[in-house]
Amino acid sequence: MAFINYLIHLGILVCIYSVLTVSLNLAVGFTGLLNLGHVGFFGIGAYSSALLAVAGFPIWLSILCGALLAGIAGILLSLPTMRLKGDYLALATLGFSFILGSVARNWTDVTRGALGIPGIPKIVKGNVEFLIVVAIIAVISYLIFWKLSRSRFGKTCEAIRDDELAAKMLGKDTFMHKIAALGISAFFAGLGGALFAHYITFIDPSIFGLGDLILLFSMLIVGGLASVKGSAIGTIIIFLLPEPLRFIGFPSSVLGPAREIIFALILLLILIYKPRGIVGKVDLA
Amino acid sequence: MISVQKLDKHFGGVYAVHNCSFTIKENAITSIIGPNGAGKTTLFNLVCGIIRPDAGKVLLRGKEITGLPTHKIANEGISRTFQQARLFKNMSVKDNLLIARPASDAELKEVLRKVHFPLDMSTKASELSYGQTRLVEIARALLKPHKLLMLDEPTAGVNPKVRQELKQILFDLKKEGNTIVLIEHDMEFVMSISDDVIVMAEGTVLTRGTPKQVQSDKRVLEAYLGK
Repeated sequence: MAFINYLIHLGILVCIYSVLTVSLNLAVGFTGLLNLGHVGFFGIGAYSSALLAVAGFPIWLSILCGALLAGIAGILLSLPTMRLKGDYLALATLGFSFILGSVARNWTDVTRGALGIPGIPKIVKGNVEFLIVVAIIAVISYLIFWKLSRSRFGKTCEAIRDDELAAKMLGKDTFMHKIAALGISAFFAGLGGALFAHYITFIDPSIFGLGDLILLFSMLIVGGLASVKGSAIGTIIIFLLPEPLRFIGFPSSVLGPAREIIFALILLLILIYKPRGIVGKVDLA
Repeated sequence: MISVQKLDKHFGGVYAVHNCSFTIKENAITSIIGPNGAGKTTLFNLVCGIIRPDAGKVLLRGKEITGLPTHKIANEGISRTFQQARLFKNMSVKDNLLIARPASDAELKEVLRKVHFPLDMSTKASELSYGQTRLVEIARALLKPHKLLMLDEPTAGVNPKVRQELKQILFDLKKEGNTIVLIEHDMEFVMSISDDVIVMAEGTVLTRGTPKQVQSDKRVLEAYLGK
């Protein structure tokens, strides 16, 4: 029974993180925006939904508000940063996550600072039911991103990634497309964050940290850029591959670093032998 | 068709384009020539809104487009290719064309036939030869609704066979009613296809006329070879 519960737990996390990965792929893989602020949107969704639900708002309304606030934050962040490119955009968006982490730590009246927010209500009582809910949300999210990737909007995002000036010269308002891409990406990151908060039932400022960002980029790179399918594959591989280590009987002091080493090895092997990821459509460079 | 009036652009203390004025006739091929650094590509970039002029105006069929964002100028009816062909390299030829506007397969095949593109449109842009990328870029510019087609050095880096094909393609496009402006260094090409030639030197229009008139103008030789 414990093993089944463990599998259900893994399934829930894979579903939540796959939503985060596919939404990150819209910004990074499809549109070419090196956005390191994704955990910031994840955190906004988690905190907003948690605070609203703890204050007594209906849970689904809280989740929707969390996602919407993250989407609005994405649009607001994109307004001053979308004229930046490459490393500069990466630094600006990373700074955004750090600022949010700092706000979460220091705005203690609202966020309780490092103490975090406990007692976040669950969406449904049992984990099996929760798995069904997040699986449905993940499937719907994937269908939306799959549709988007084949739409004129998605193709224009790809054109912007490959050559923004050429896209402009074909009459495309690249600025608005980038804002929309980051807004949609942030909305789904917020949705993932809200689901995460209502599953774990506790959040603290560590969710704005680099750990999750590295995890998400590992999933993205392993699965492949600009591939909706790749986002799911990357999430499953990165999440499940180190799991057998738990059953070898290593002490926890070894287990943590061993997982990190496995992530690093997977990334190195992918970068050397499959620089587009498993089913990616564009090079990482 | 298009009227450039007293256009100025300087970078630091250097005038790239200075007091530049001319008009382009409809349904004609106009070539802009001049030595390196004459300001030809800067002029194209000013007309397309890629850089903003310091002074002067650009009118497209009487409507001022000066300083508009590039995508708005493109939507006003200017199609352009670049000195280095700029295809979306991770996309197929078909997807490259469809960014210009939605079109049926038959329309896409027709525009590719016009530019003598020899391969299947499912070919990836990154797999094309340099000459083929040029042809697809022209096809893409043609497919986009346009009043004026601006080609920046269409023969640069392409082999003699493609160059001959380009000549025929431009003749055919003119016959269909297109207005074409091109920047070109290949004088044989320019003189054989142009109705009108504008010669630029030091950021301004030195002279203009038919190919014959320009060829016999001493100032043109001086601009290229020095006094």
